[in-house]
Amino acid sequence: MNEIDIKFLEDSFKKYYFNHFDLISTPQRTSEREFGYQKFNSGMFRHISLKDDKELHLLFMQNIPSDVYCSNAYYSFPNSPMNEKDWQEADLIFDIDAKDLNLSCRKNHTISICNECDKVSKDVNQCVKCNSTKLEKKSLPCKNCIDASKIEVNKLSNVLINDLGIDKENIYVYFSGNEGFHVYVFNSQFQKIGSKERSELVDYIMFRGAIPETFGMKKFKPNRSLFPDFNQKGWNGRFSKQVFGSKSKRSKIISELLDNGYPSFQKILDDVSENIGVKIDPNVTMDIHRIFRLPGSINSKSGLTKILCTNLTKFDPYTDACFLNDDSVEVLANCPIEFKLKNKKFGPYINEKISLPTYVAVYLICKKLATIA
Amino acid sequence: MLILGQDEKAKYPFLADAGEYLKDKGFSLVQFGSDPVLKLSVEKALHRIKVAAAGEVYKSDLIDGQASKDYVLEREVFSFLLAIVLIKLTGMSTLIKRFALAEARRAENYLEKDLGNASNKSKIDLATRIIYDLFNIEIIKENDFFVIPVSDYLKHSVTFHEREWKLINRHVENGKVFLTPDKTVRLIRKELGNYISSKIINAPKPSMIPGLESIVNELILISKKLTPTYTITTGEYPPCIKHAIDVLEKGENLPHSGRFMLATFLLSRGQTVQQIAPLFKNAPDYNPRVTFYQLNHLAGISGSATKYACPSCEKLKTQDLCFITKECDNIINPLQFGKKRKL
Ligand code: SF4
Ligand SMILES: [Zn+2]
Ligand SMILES: [Zn+2]
Repeated sequence: MNEIDIKFLEDSFKKYYFNHFDLISTPQRTSEREFGYQKFNSGMFRHISLKDDKELHLLFMQNIPSDVYCSNAYYSFPNSPMNEKDWQEADLIFDIDAKDLNLSCRKNHTISICNECDKVSKDVNQCVKCNSTKLEKKSLPCKNCIDASKIEVNKLSNVLINDLGIDKENIYVYFSGNEGFHVYVFNSQFQKIGSKERSELVDYIMFRGAIPETFGMKKFKPNRSLFPDFNQKGWNGRFSKQVFGSKSKRSKIISELLDNGYPSFQKILDDVSENIGVKIDPNVTMDIHRIFRLPGSINSKSGLTKILCTNLTKFDPYTDACFLNDDSVEVLANCPIEFKLKNKKFGPYINEKISLPTYVAVYLICKKLATIA
Repeated sequence: MLILGQDEKAKYPFLADAGEYLKDKGFSLVQFGSDPVLKLSVEKALHRIKVAAAGEVYKSDLIDGQASKDYVLEREVFSFLLAIVLIKLTGMSTLIKRFALAEARRAENYLEKDLGNASNKSKIDLATRIIYDLFNIEIIKENDFFVIPVSDYLKHSVTFHEREWKLINRHVENGKVFLTPDKTVRLIRKELGNYISSKIINAPKPSMIPGLESIVNELILISKKLTPTYTITTGEYPPCIKHAIDVLEKGENLPHSGRFMLATFLLSRGQTVQQIAPLFKNAPDYNPRVTFYQLNHLAGISGSATKYACPSCEKLKTQDLCFITKECDNIINPLQFGKKRKL
C-alpha cells in the first residue's frame, strides 16, 4: 500500500477512534490479558499488557494502529514471552466466517487481483491480462453471506445453551468487521480447559466423529427400538429432524436404514454433519494463546468496526458497523462489482476517478480496489 | 476423610491407613515374619503381587464384595498392606507399576458394582464419595445414569483414543454428560492407578522383616525377568521414542499416533511383532488380539501388505510427540537418530 493511502487510512481511523472511545473498552480483567497491534505495512507488536481503558486509548492515539487485538486468555504475566506468561484460563471463542460456508453467491462477489500486473477482474483462476495464476482474492460479502453466517451463529447458540449448559447472558456475538461473527462465551465451566479438550468440544459442535451406535445403529443385530426420536435433546433430536424429516416418515426411514446396513449409516452421519454441524473454524477455538480483534476497533481488511450485535436478526453490518464519516475524497477506483454501504449502492467502477464518501473510499482502499487520486 | 466399614476396607484397601489398621488389630509388622497364622497373609500378599506381575487381576476371597468370615476380610486388607511392604523391600519400580495397575483394575470392578447397585444407596454414595475425594470429580446419580460436568468429562476422556469416547458419542444435556457405571469408572482408571502407585511410592521403606528375606528375593527375581527386553537392544532411542515407551510403561494411554510412531520405529529397527507387542501390555485398553493384528498390519504382514514408514520429525512435532533435545541434531526422521555423520 502506498504512503498516501496509508496516510489517508490512518487519518480516517484516528478520527473514528477519537470520536468513538465509547465503543472501545477493555475486556473484564484487563491486566491479565495480552494485547497486540499492527500498523499499516508493518509487523505485529505482541505481548503488551494494559491496566485500564486509559492506557488502551493512549495506545490507539500514539500508534494509530491498523488493527488491535486482545487475548481471550488470562495470564499471570501477559507481557512476558509466551512460554513464561503462565496461562490461567481462557474464554471460549468461536469464529464463523462466510468464506467457510461454501456459499454459491461467493463467486458473484469475489474479485481477483493479479499479483504480477495488478489487473483487477471478477473471480477468475488466471489473470485475463497476463495469464498469471498468482492472484489475490478479495470478497465483498453480500447479504446472503451475512444471513448464512447468522444461521450458523444461531445453531451454535442452540448447542451452547441446550447441550453445553451455557447461560444465554454469557454469550456475546460480535460482527468480526469483515465476513462473519465472533462468538464469545464468558464465565463457563470451560474456562480452564486446554487445547485438546477444546478440540473435542469443537468436534461435538461441528458434529464430527459420530459413530452409528450413538444414533441407534448397532453393528450386530441392529434393533429399531434404539433409533432416536424427535423429542430427544441434543444431537439425537437434531439428527431425527434432519434424517427422518417428519414423524410420519420415521418408521419407513428406519426400515431403510436397517436394510442398508452399518457402513451406509456411517456414510449418512458424515453427510448430515455437513448440514446439522455448526460451521465454526476449529483452529480458532482450539488455540488458547491467540489474540483476537478487539471489539470496537476497526478491521483494516474492510474499514468496518468489530461490534457487538445486540439484535442479531436485525443486524446489518453495512450500516451498523460502518462508522466513518461522509467527507468526500477523490479516488481512483477499480471495482468490477456493485456493493452497498449505509444503505446506498456503489459501483461498479472501472478504473475511474471519482469522488466518494470517506467510508466508501476506506472500504475500497482496504480491499485494494482503490487508491487516493 | 472417609469413614470405611470393614468390607469397604477390603474392597478399597488403598484407602485404609496402613499403620493404624495394624495397630487397631493389635499387630506389628515384625510378627508377620514369624507367626505361622499371620504367614498365611504373607503368602496371600505374595500371590497378589505375582498375579499383578503377570498382568492379571487378583481375585479376592470376597463374594459380591462381602466376606463370609471376619478373618477373611482381615486377610484381604493385610495381604494388600503386606504386598506394599514387600514391594518396598524389593525396591523394584516395575513391581510398583504392575501392582498399582492390577489393584486399580480390581478396585474398578468394585466401584462399578457399587455404582450400579440400584438398591443400595449407601454403596452408591460411598463410591461417588471416593471418586470425589480422590479425584475431585463430582458425580451425581440421575435415574440410571451418572452425570458429570462436560468439562470434567473432557479432562479425562481426551487421553482416550477410541471414537466411542468422543463427546459427540455421549449423551450430553445441559452441560452434563450421562454415563453408565462402567463408563464412569473407566473414565478415572488412570487416576486410580496413579493414586495407588503414588501411595506405594510415598510409603516409607520399612527395614527388612526377619523371616521374609527369601520371599523378597523371589520377588526381585520375578521383577528382573519382567524388565522387558526392549530396553537392552542396541542403539540409543531418540527422545520421542523414549517418551512413548515411558508412557506405556506407566500404564498410561498413548494416543494412536504415538503407538503408530513407536511401532513403525521399532519395526524399522528390525524388531519383530512378537518383540514389540508386550510393550503395549500396560496400556489401559490392551487387547492382545487387536494389538497383534494392528502390528502385523503396520509391518505389512497382513491386510494391505504395505509396510508403514516411521513418521518424520516434522509430522511428529505437529502431533505433540516430539521431545527434541540437542542430540536430535537436525535430523528429519527419528530413524536417523544417532546415525547422522558428524562433519
Ligand atoms: S526431533 Fe525427531 S527424533 Fe528428536 S524428538 Fe523430535 S521427533 Fe523425535
Ligand atoms: Zn496479470
Ligand atoms: Zn455472498
